[in-house]
Amino acid sequence: MIVEKIFNKWILVFLFLIPVLGFIFEEPYYITLTTKVVILGIAGIGLNLALGYCGLISFGHAAFFGLGGYVTGILSFHALNSELIFSWPFVTSGSSEMLVIWPIVILSSAFLALIIGLLSLRTTGVYFIMITLAFAQMLYFFAISWPNYGGEDGLSIYMRNSLPMINTMDPLTFYFICLCWLLIVIFISAKLINSSFGMAFQAIKQNEERVKSVGIETFKVKLLVFVISGTITGLAGSLYTDLNRFISPSVLNWQMSGEIMVFVILGGIARLYGPLVGAAFFIVLEQTLGGYTENWQFWLGLILILEILYVRTGILSLFEKKLKYEK
Amino acid sequence: MTSILFFEQLLNGIQFGTMLFLMSAGLTLIFGVMGLINLAHGSFYMIGAFSAALIASLTGSFWLALLASLSGAAIAGVLIEIIIIRRLYRRDHLDQVLATFALILLLSEGVRWCFGAFPLYLDIPENLNGTLPILDDIIYSKYRLFIIFMGLLIATGLYILITKTRLGVRIRAGQNDRQMISALGVDISKLYTIVFALGASLAGLAGAMIGAIQSVEVGMGEPILILAFVVIVIGGIGSIKGALIGSILVGVTDTIGRIFLPELLKIFMEPASATSVGSSIGSMLIYILMALILIIKPSGLFGKT
Repeated sequence: MIVEKIFNKWILVFLFLIPVLGFIFEEPYYITLTTKVVILGIAGIGLNLALGYCGLISFGHAAFFGLGGYVTGILSFHALNSELIFSWPFVTSGSSEMLVIWPIVILSSAFLALIIGLLSLRTTGVYFIMITLAFAQMLYFFAISWPNYGGEDGLSIYMRNSLPMINTMDPLTFYFICLCWLLIVIFISAKLINSSFGMAFQAIKQNEERVKSVGIETFKVKLLVFVISGTITGLAGSLYTDLNRFISPSVLNWQMSGEIMVFVILGGIARLYGPLVGAAFFIVLEQTLGGYTENWQFWLGLILILEILYVRTGILSLFEKKLKYEK
Repeated sequence: MTSILFFEQLLNGIQFGTMLFLMSAGLTLIFGVMGLINLAHGSFYMIGAFSAALIASLTGSFWLALLASLSGAAIAGVLIEIIIIRRLYRRDHLDQVLATFALILLLSEGVRWCFGAFPLYLDIPENLNGTLPILDDIIYSKYRLFIIFMGLLIATGLYILITKTRLGVRIRAGQNDRQMISALGVDISKLYTIVFALGASLAGLAGAMIGAIQSVEVGMGEPILILAFVVIVIGGIGSIKGALIGSILVGVTDTIGRIFLPELLKIFMEPASATSVGSSIGSMLIYILMALILIIKPSGLFGKT
């Protein structure tokens, strides 16, 4: 465990160093890539709470990622053309202020997660996997066929949303905004996992019946984990829209859900930094393999299968084993 | 006019449903007997379509192409079962989902490597081209009727296989109690391979038959895979009867909903917004149906509780 902790510190050092180096050597591309890693890492950390720590295999987290993205896109779209979003039951206009957008994203993702959670958590096992998938697909098809916000073509926002006194269009500045969110999310997750509530949801993963028998209402615990998990992933979606200044239905697709899951598993399930490592590995793989061959996904598939069949516990576990060996 | 349109769309829905049945029957069998969630089932649909397109372009015969789709997907199924899938039966659902997700990437890219990124086309044979008059003034595509016929034929075949043959007895026994039938001396790993190949070949056949209406391309299996999952969740995972009823239900709901929901909404709303709202909700309809059924019966219509 100690080696893993040291490794985690190194990850943070790298997260500071790489973009700064990118800035010094005038390679903004690397800053963008690292930003992407950080954002996808946040999405994965969100899913990890439900999937890794509580054993809720959600195959529909793209719903939250996409919702966060679309809420951001729609608000900023309306701010630009200064049309009202709706005038009933209360007057709502768009906004391009991140400080306005973030709370709305957090509230709406939490609300969506509450609805999906209330319905899906009635089922277990395969049915839970499938019903979460179905909800995400529902939103996906809705986004494709709803013409007001670009439909299948997606929605472009021309200016990145703004923060007071900060130039968010500068890649390095935007990167540090995302990094701040990452640190906040890691901090919150760590606090949650070590709280009594955290003990409860981790116990549910091992044996729900026993947790029930000591008088904990497991449905409420699971629902709350699911809501927190969805909210964090939704926030990542909002940042992702701002990074690309574009949102399209493809982020709601089931392959997105699969990819977020892959980050969690590749890095190591139920490890705080696991999804971040997984996302970094995924992006590095995409970049390097993508440089050599068009068919990089073939090799990605192969690596994933080998990981699941033989390593089984993710990249971070390799560092754990080393310590045991040294003893 | 509307009744003709309705009848036509109903037939389209049933045709779509029978193809969904071919996909979901295999999926539900594989889950029922081996307890495996197979996301890569759509890849066999694709492999079947590509095998058919390849043989059709070599021989020019549609019937040989259909045969090729069955055998091509079955061979791929056997190989993949022996090399990879076999190791997943004892794993939890999460590992199965991820490994078969990875398998999709692998197989899709593999096929793109071999056949290129451009879609292929599969021609409908001469004698199935054109339309056939059924009832008074309703005419319907011969090929689509052929698809419905094939679907019913295979459903009957599966019914006989499962209820009347020795293999069927073993499959049903496997669904009930895996340990018991291996203790009774049935070669369980061979049975698993056979069931997996059977499911794969049905998916392959569906791919070839649909490939002749649409085009044969990489990624064609995934949309229908998700629908097949909706079907088996509605029908109850592991139940073939559930898969049949679920398929028809999903096929008809989807087809009818997309066409008639916008029309229905026009009664209450202005035409422009009725069309957009109607088509949005129409495309979500089967997912809403699935959510409703799961809320009422959390293990599907015919699932074991």
